[in-house]
Amino acid sequence: MANTVNIKIDGIDISVEAGKTVLDAAKELNIHIPTLCYHEDLCVAGNCRVCVVEQEGAKNLVASCAMPAQEGMVIHTNTHKVRNARRHVVELLLSEHNADCTKCYKNTKCELQDLASEMVINEHMFLDLVPEKNYTVDKQSSSIIKDDSKCIRCQRCVRTCHELQHVSALGVAYKGDQMKISTFFENPMYDVVCTNCGQCVNRCPTGALIEKNYIDQVWDAIYDPDTHVIVQTAPATRIALGEDLGMESGSIVTGKMAASLRKLGFDSVLDTDFTADLTIMEEGTELLTRLKKVLVDKDESVKVPMFTSCSPGWIKFIEHMYPDYLDNLSTCKSPQQMFGALAKTYYAQKRNIDPAKIVSVSIMPCTAKKFEAARPEMRDSGFQDVDLGITTRELAVMIKQAGINFQELPDEKFDSIMGASTGAAVIFGATGGVMEAALRTAYEIVTGREVPFENLNITAVRGMEGVREATVKLENVLPAWSFLEGVELKTAVAHGLTNAHQIMEAIKKGEANYHFVEVMGCPGGCIGGGGQPIPTTPEIRRKRAEAIYREDEGMEIRKSHENPEVQQIYKDFLGEPLSDKSHWLLHTHYHKRKRV
Amino acid sequence: MDKKLKRVDLIFSEECVCKDVLTTSLKKSNDDILKDILDSGLRGRGGAGFPTGLKWKFTAQETSEEKYVVCNADEGEPGTFKDREILSRVPLKVFGGMAICAKIIGAKHGYVYLRGEYQFLKAELEKALVEFHATIKELGFDFQIHILMGSGAYICGEESALFESMEGKRGEPRNKPPYPTIAGFRNKPTVINNVETLVYAFMICRIGTEKFMELGTTDSRGSKVFSISGDTPIAGIYELELGMSLEDFVEDFGDGDTKAVQVGGASGFCVPRKKFKDTIIGFEGVPTGGSMMLFNSSRSMYNVLKNYVEFFEEESCGQCTPCRVGCQQLKIGIEAVKKGEKSVHYLDTLQKLADTMKVTAKCGLGQSVANSFSSIVDNFKEEMIY
Ligand SMILES: Cc1cc2nc3c(=O)[nH]c(=O)nc-3n(C[C@H](O)[C@H](O)[C@H](O)COP(=O)(O)O)c2cc1C
Ligand code: SF4
Ligand code: SF4
Ligand code: SF4
Ligand code: SF4
Ligand code: FES
Repeated sequence: MANTVNIKIDGIDISVEAGKTVLDAAKELNIHIPTLCYHEDLCVAGNCRVCVVEQEGAKNLVASCAMPAQEGMVIHTNTHKVRNARRHVVELLLSEHNADCTKCYKNTKCELQDLASEMVINEHMFLDLVPEKNYTVDKQSSSIIKDDSKCIRCQRCVRTCHELQHVSALGVAYKGDQMKISTFFENPMYDVVCTNCGQCVNRCPTGALIEKNYIDQVWDAIYDPDTHVIVQTAPATRIALGEDLGMESGSIVTGKMAASLRKLGFDSVLDTDFTADLTIMEEGTELLTRLKKVLVDKDESVKVPMFTSCSPGWIKFIEHMYPDYLDNLSTCKSPQQMFGALAKTYYAQKRNIDPAKIVSVSIMPCTAKKFEAARPEMRDSGFQDVDLGITTRELAVMIKQAGINFQELPDEKFDSIMGASTGAAVIFGATGGVMEAALRTAYEIVTGREVPFENLNITAVRGMEGVREATVKLENVLPAWSFLEGVELKTAVAHGLTNAHQIMEAIKKGEANYHFVEVMGCPGGCIGGGGQPIPTTPEIRRKRAEAIYREDEGMEIRKSHENPEVQQIYKDFLGEPLSDKSHWLLHTHYHKRKRV
Repeated sequence: MDKKLKRVDLIFSEECVCKDVLTTSLKKSNDDILKDILDSGLRGRGGAGFPTGLKWKFTAQETSEEKYVVCNADEGEPGTFKDREILSRVPLKVFGGMAICAKIIGAKHGYVYLRGEYQFLKAELEKALVEFHATIKELGFDFQIHILMGSGAYICGEESALFESMEGKRGEPRNKPPYPTIAGFRNKPTVINNVETLVYAFMICRIGTEKFMELGTTDSRGSKVFSISGDTPIAGIYELELGMSLEDFVEDFGDGDTKAVQVGGASGFCVPRKKFKDTIIGFEGVPTGGSMMLFNSSRSMYNVLKNYVEFFEEESCGQCTPCRVGCQQLKIGIEAVKKGEKSVHYLDTLQKLADTMKVTAKCGLGQSVANSFSSIVDNFKEEMIY
């Protein structure tokens, strides 16, 4: 079989790799074909039919996203027949759609609206079907709103949840005019296996799946003179926020983000990166302690591999799907929740503020963080530790609402305390980052030397491969760690829950023997989080990851244990990693949930 | 009564010859059998009319270790009940056709996908299967047939939705290409044929190509089993030669007052009286999967159409826009015109919509809604309005 095929699109000859579709070929020629159900991350569905084109000699139009390019094909993308057909398709979608754009969160950010506007639809061609429908809106989840009246049945969400996340919380129910996107038994989203990862939200072309936004609540807190409103920003927000404010993907906007938060009126602009470093101290120590209990004390109640616990999508996944492995989870809370617990204790004491008056807001790349903040486990400070979790996208909305010219903002720094961080914390945002940061610190604790990798870059755990493994040999260890002499520390990294499933199955079957496993719920890690700017594609994830590692390289300090504020908090407040106080505020346990 | 049309008796004749035919056929070379099927001009009886020999040939050419032959017995087209009759009267011929196909393409497993409502046939079929498996074992041919029950949705008769359903998934049609000959059941090369097609293939091996070709016309070789219903005094199953004129058909089967015949069920065409004379039933004219429904002048064609559109509205799998929403629009559209809420011109808008559905829908269901819609609206416009 030939490796390339020659086709002609709109009079232009092109030779493309065999297996590429007509849509791929058109893209290479910069010919725009509208699409709705197509998404670069997902398998082809071919169900919206808006991408139809005319193929010479074929009696029907063909869906360009699903049609493989074949030798000698002659395609026209812009004929009368094609335009009429596309117009009909969009009109049909609108006739089923509650097109109340001014009351819609996706207004001006909606692929259906874009198409309707491109086609200049003044008057609807067909009758309104909405009154015949019993559309429902599910607002009960703390993370996600599902509004069936905005759904175009493209099944991007279904494919996302199944292919990328191996959760299948969403599926197609009924047929014909009743066909809809549904959950198991049509239960509300909060009551099914949904992990709140928001990957479906990130891919939904319309307002049918959106994050539950807390924008007004954040404004209310800011305007309330009696509250002290603090904000923390997750590692992956600073390399993505710019995308929603007119900048290229991969732009690093750490300084502008800090400046804009101050302009919005937050009383203190702090950094989740601080608690990311703290996580490394706690989790690294926990790993070494577990290894000692397993290798030296032969304590069978202690489980390895130890899994990371910073991704709340992953936590809920394991609670539902692999409850037998809950003891393998690190007991560390996520950086967001460590931050929340310390904000209303350590920070309140140091700054002499009544914790009852603190409103703790977090800016996250993630929709699952909203759910996590609301968990009953997360009230160790005596209050709800984190009050309001908003996504990168919601922050961008607030910045626009405030009329801030983001791109022109001068860079500013985070406030102190709880604002200092290291390169190790920044890379938490990319898959493999927690592992790399942990190794940088743990290796040094054990051997007294820096990790033996050039410029501290542990490239084996970086990249976008679904599951990656790395082994680090511990030699010439310090006397206190002699039991680790010669041990090959086996680690693995997985991102996206489908890959997590794969690694869990391997572990379950006894095919994999790891000491430490990092799992991030979203493809690419937090840089590809469900709360990140839309679109998120493989190419965009790659650019964001590059930016993360550039940010790391540019930091003065690149190892968590060297963070001066981390050293200070142990001295002034926590004592040492895994101290009683640490256990009280920074660690937790999770519980089994039902499988459906 | 003097019959205009010749009755044919191929399908239901001599069930007992199964073993003899298999004995000879299994000894023949694949190329010889394939040539017979190709030369016979046999085309699929399930609706689309694809040349059966070509389908078998394409699948035979694939190199996969794993291939399948599937018998489509989902028979869901309203007004069609001929596969049920064939399966209950001559199941061994159906299995025989599958075995010959399996030999040619190199399949070890065959499946009968049986319409959910035909559960009552299953026990008898299983019995016949025992006999069949004993026969081919005796003949030293390694092939197993399994019966799978359908899920009850019309769309599962569409070949790719049928595979999805067989694989335990929701019955939604797939994108094509790839076609089943390359990626069918479990994404392996698969021949899927209608029940009746398989029996004709078997009968061609029995009676020879020439005998078969004596029946029918150049484009529509052989005979076909028709399910005749509606306003006729003699409703039932009839095997007739292909290529007949509708006028002769109505003369034989009408009640003297036939105003229209729906050829090919809900997804077929409605032919009005004035066109009976010029209408040929066959691939060169109006093809049919078997259903012939006669309507006399007491019938409201508006109601007929509304029934069809409602059927599609409900039976569409719902995945693609033109079909899911188009069917709903066609239905409320004709209702609105009938009630006077929309002007007559809205029928033109609906006709254009039906044309779009034909060229944009993902599968044959959505693509064929326009057949009945346009032919009824065109020919019975007054009935749509008043
Ligand atoms: C909506 C729909 C329903 C169908 N139902 C049936 C069916 O019940 N039986 C059948 O044999 N073919 C049915 N077909 C046709 C099949 O897709 C396929 O073309 C046929 O099984 C091929 O067999 P043949 O070549 O022997 O005709 C249907 C097609 C569509 C689009
Ligand atoms: S989903 Fe899009 S088209 Fe629908 S109301 Fe919202 S913005 Fe408008
Ligand atoms: S919820 Fe969104 S992604 Fe899912 S089918 Fe509806 S429009 Fe598509
Ligand atoms: S949030 Fe994640 S788990 Fe929940 S339905 Fe969406 S993709 Fe599935
Ligand atoms: S045409 Fe109808 S039945 Fe076929 S795929 Fe589309 S919605 Fe489903
Ligand atoms: S984008 Fe091709 S069918 Fe939806």
